[in-house]
Amino acid sequence: MTFEDLLEQQAKEIARQQGLRERIYCCTAAGCVSSGADAIKKAIDEEIKARGVGAEVECCGTGCMGLCSKGPLVRTQSDGTIYAAVTPEDAGALVAGQGANLLADRKLDPQADFFIKQEKIVLANSGTVDPERLSDYIAAGGYQALARAVMELTPQQVIEEVKRSGLRGRGGAGYSTGLKWELVAKQPVDTKYVVCNADEGDPGAFMDRSILEGDPHRVLEGMAIAGYAVGAQQGYIYVRGEYGLAIQRLQAAIKQAERERLLGSRIFEDNFQFRIDLRIGAGAFVCGEETALIASIEGKRGQPRQRPPYPPESGLWGKPTLLNNVETFGNIAPIVAKGGDWFATIGTPTSKGTKVFALAGKIENTGLIEVPMGTSLRTIVFEIGGGIPEGRAFKAAQTGGPSGGCIPPQFLDIPVDYESLHKIGSIMGSGGLIVMDDTSCMVDVARFFMDFCMDESCGKCIPCRAGTVQMHDILQRITKGEANENDVALLEQLAKLLRETSLCGLGQTAPNPVMSTLNYFSGEYEAHIRDHRCPAGHCVLPAAASSNREVQA
Amino acid sequence: MSVRTLEIDGKAVTGVAGQSIFSVAWDNGIHIPRLCHVGGVSDVGACRLCMVEVEGQRKLVAACMTPVEEGMVIRTNTEQLLAHRRLIVELLFAERNHICAVCVVNGACELQDLAASLGIDHVRLRYRFPTLSVDTSHERFGLDHNRCVLCSRCIRVCDEVEGAHTWDFSGRGVNSLLISDLGEAWGESESCTSCGKCVQVCPTGALFAKGKMVSEMRKDRRFLKYIVTAREKHEWVR
Repeated sequence: MTFEDLLEQQAKEIARQQGLRERIYCCTAAGCVSSGADAIKKAIDEEIKARGVGAEVECCGTGCMGLCSKGPLVRTQSDGTIYAAVTPEDAGALVAGQGANLLADRKLDPQADFFIKQEKIVLANSGTVDPERLSDYIAAGGYQALARAVMELTPQQVIEEVKRSGLRGRGGAGYSTGLKWELVAKQPVDTKYVVCNADEGDPGAFMDRSILEGDPHRVLEGMAIAGYAVGAQQGYIYVRGEYGLAIQRLQAAIKQAERERLLGSRIFEDNFQFRIDLRIGAGAFVCGEETALIASIEGKRGQPRQRPPYPPESGLWGKPTLLNNVETFGNIAPIVAKGGDWFATIGTPTSKGTKVFALAGKIENTGLIEVPMGTSLRTIVFEIGGGIPEGRAFKAAQTGGPSGGCIPPQFLDIPVDYESLHKIGSIMGSGGLIVMDDTSCMVDVARFFMDFCMDESCGKCIPCRAGTVQMHDILQRITKGEANENDVALLEQLAKLLRETSLCGLGQTAPNPVMSTLNYFSGEYEAHIRDHRCPAGHCVLPAAASSNREVQA
Repeated sequence: MSVRTLEIDGKAVTGVAGQSIFSVAWDNGIHIPRLCHVGGVSDVGACRLCMVEVEGQRKLVAACMTPVEEGMVIRTNTEQLLAHRRLIVELLFAERNHICAVCVVNGACELQDLAASLGIDHVRLRYRFPTLSVDTSHERFGLDHNRCVLCSRCIRVCDEVEGAHTWDFSGRGVNSLLISDLGEAWGESESCTSCGKCVQVCPTGALFAKGKMVSEMRKDRRFLKYIVTAREKHEWVR
């Protein structure tokens, strides 16, 4: 395909879509599918057939529209309205164009905070293009950034653009993406690899999943641009095996792109070639750590290894490897298309662009959002998120999953960016945001995350393998009223040991949920230990008679 | 070979480029504690006992995995490092069933020596007392999972020196278990050559020779160096 072909296809598809009386978008991302979206799409398709209006009405599946808790969601293109909690019985009204009248009670207000306070870059296509049709992506301007990179820019210019954008890794650590690309590009080796980390595993996080399910071509395009910039001809997407729908859509997208010669050899009639293959994870959280992920792709046991050398120097099969997260790749096409300077106008001085968050827990609007960096937690939780259900009080927000921390109410007004979150003992992480109300016991929250780390520790280094077990044991005893003050001191020593001596990020950050809850909610620990009382009313503790019972080792 | 000069525990020392901090320290009589490192096979940096402080670096580094650099100032024995080491050894004692009084290598065990040298007289953590098996299906050797510290020395020596790769881990985290072949009994392993190298490098009584009573088993700590020297320098010297 040439650039002219691409523009022609775009014009043709736009014209075709404009010729339709109605295009009905049915959210077929994981959230809505689990509440019955497939049946709705089928009903609408049958309704169109039954009425014989196939020439003027079309129904297509899309990626996540965001407001998962109100699903299944359906959007009608003609007036842009989103309908909530749609059922297959509504198909008739939607196809007939009577949605505005017959489904008025389920119309979502487009002026609601949930919609207007967001800014979508990565998710721009999510909910507006059919992830299973390449032509939809092309109609939305897809692959034009790749064309611009390959035809107009040198690899160095592409890297400059990414550097100017200020984009930082969205997997959590926040390393400068441009610098990482430059490191790989500089390696004087012929064979290099681009790897996309789609092994999203934090409890309550579904950002990468939604991006892959909703706009797989965006990620492929980002990877291809990366391949051009760093001089790689092969890319791998390491996607977790549990993401069946994402895998299916990625496989389809790769095939479509290869058929149109947007991937493969002689892309845009240039000498640039780039292939992408999938590698499916087998259910290990630690394989999201870059060196373990690489070992897993190589067919080895998924265990981390010592860094340095870092993957940009020696990664997959010992070759220079660029490893970025799904969301990072999702930002690339817009940056190349609109320029790094445009991207740098969004966000805070040190954290540019937007961040996708998965809102979960005790929050009214559970779902997927994208906000500019620097948006306050208060805006995210109370305006976009709609606040806490049942009029309960906000107690904490957990970011960064098992590597992150719990943010108490006094920090609700801090801007959400890499530095600010780090300062208060949490991390940006990949974007999971779990909201807790006053019924959540913070000791039990810490225990839950430690249980997760214990279960997911690979077992290679002693501090993480044996330390998480002991920390979990102490936390469990606290929740059962069987611990004393010495145990808390030991807990702190173990936390320090894990932080300072563990081999990889999993062990080094595993104590974070414990330390942040000990910092901000120490009263709850004391209540459990001294008074045998759970302030949140969550833990079941025996009467105080057995307090200070020494546990015989 | 370019030389690197540096300072370890206040002592000016030299090493060659590419040599690890651990190795340079060892050459100069500074013995950093370790459990997974064994001379003659590759390092994995798994036990974290050899973590040291390098001036100007925010994080501790594993001495066995970090090459020396010109001008490094290294401390191997600070209070904090000793506290970490003690806790790591305590973690090991609490993890499985290390009952020295009934162990074949009592008195000649690297884990026991570590505990003694670090002044560990009790364990502050709760013992887990897991139920683990003993594999005595091999005609000459035995494997006692109760004593295993998962250091992977046996795996590496079997793979890198003997070339058999009989050993590996199954499971993960605290459920990691040393297995022969694909989990068959050791005696039924088709890849095992019965060379016994794994038994000699094992730091504890996890791998032992049959027929030894309590405290009777002594491991040949220098045999691996003997083989590796012979292989690399063609010199058969003990």
